[in-house]
Amino acid sequence: MNWRRASLGVAAALPVIALLAWGMTRDPKDIPSPLPGKSAPSFALSVFAPGQQPLARTIGDTVRLADLRGQVVVLNFWASWCLSCRDEHVTLSAVARRYAGKPIQFLGVLYNDEPVSGTAWIKEMGGQSYASLNDPGARTAIDYGLYGVPETFFLDVHGRVAYKQTGPASAQVLARVADSLLAVAEKDGAPTKRNQ
Amino acid sequence: MKCAVRFVVVAALWAGPLASAGPGQGAPASAPPSGVVTPAVDSALEARTSAIASQLRCPVCQGLSIQASPSELAQQMRSVVRDQLAAGRSPADVQAYFVSKYGEWILLSPAPRGINLIVYALPVLLVLGGLLAVVLAVRRWTTAPAESVTH
Repeated sequence: MNWRRASLGVAAALPVIALLAWGMTRDPKDIPSPLPGKSAPSFALSVFAPGQQPLARTIGDTVRLADLRGQVVVLNFWASWCLSCRDEHVTLSAVARRYAGKPIQFLGVLYNDEPVSGTAWIKEMGGQSYASLNDPGARTAIDYGLYGVPETFFLDVHGRVAYKQTGPASAQVLARVADSLLAVAEKDGAPTKRNQ
Repeated sequence: MKCAVRFVVVAALWAGPLASAGPGQGAPASAPPSGVVTPAVDSALEARTSAIASQLRCPVCQGLSIQASPSELAQQMRSVVRDQLAAGRSPADVQAYFVSKYGEWILLSPAPRGINLIVYALPVLLVLGGLLAVVLAVRRWTTAPAESVTH
């Protein structure tokens, strides 16, 4: 009788323990984005940090996603108050410079921060090869389902979200995703536009 | 007696101005400044915004709605809700917008369909199972002494 009771108790407790154990293996902050595979939300944001040659843009210019069709777009959301953004800054800047002349556009988007603070941070970090855009009211960030920084979105030449990187992007991830999107574009024979 | 009457009169004189001043003082504080007319539609819009914002999870908080959270992102999301409602979109449209950006995770109460039904059905099943266990236990307790007597 006692054995029967014990086995019943174990049988009842096991699924609960298994559920809790499964829950422990999951990162509650890792929220799957519904955007990959879908059309990227459009934006028209102004440049507050110009970047460096040959990727430089003019401060105050409006960058529209619609104008970037035919190029792979790497959209990196960042902020000067974000510690993890420091980890990926040098890598992102270097990788973007390496892809200059190819049909790929790296852009930073400032998230819940002041352009003045963003500019000071870029200066402190030793510059940024690509331009950064201001996103007042985080409207574009919300459009991209952002819940933290840094987050990086890779858009293919057709303007679809191909991949989302949550947290700092490594050189390997950046190169792998960028190369595969460029290779797919070339294979498809999609009309591509080279960046400056 | 005289003392009591005097006390009542003094109390009435003292309390009178206070009673009349109470609502009078409160009114100007809640009323809009002179010359500013707040349209009634704004409070209705705010109520609708709050109703939707209460159902949306704050992405940078733990278990808080964007209505309850003081975070900057929650405030910005509330203003997106407000703007979309003001533009004529229905509450279902606004909710669908956030689901399309963040997934169903953004809903504090998941839609009762598919695997989500477990969340709704499990508590009911557990309560029913508990009730059944209680009934069985009570029946056993009440019948056990009778059995022991017969033995």
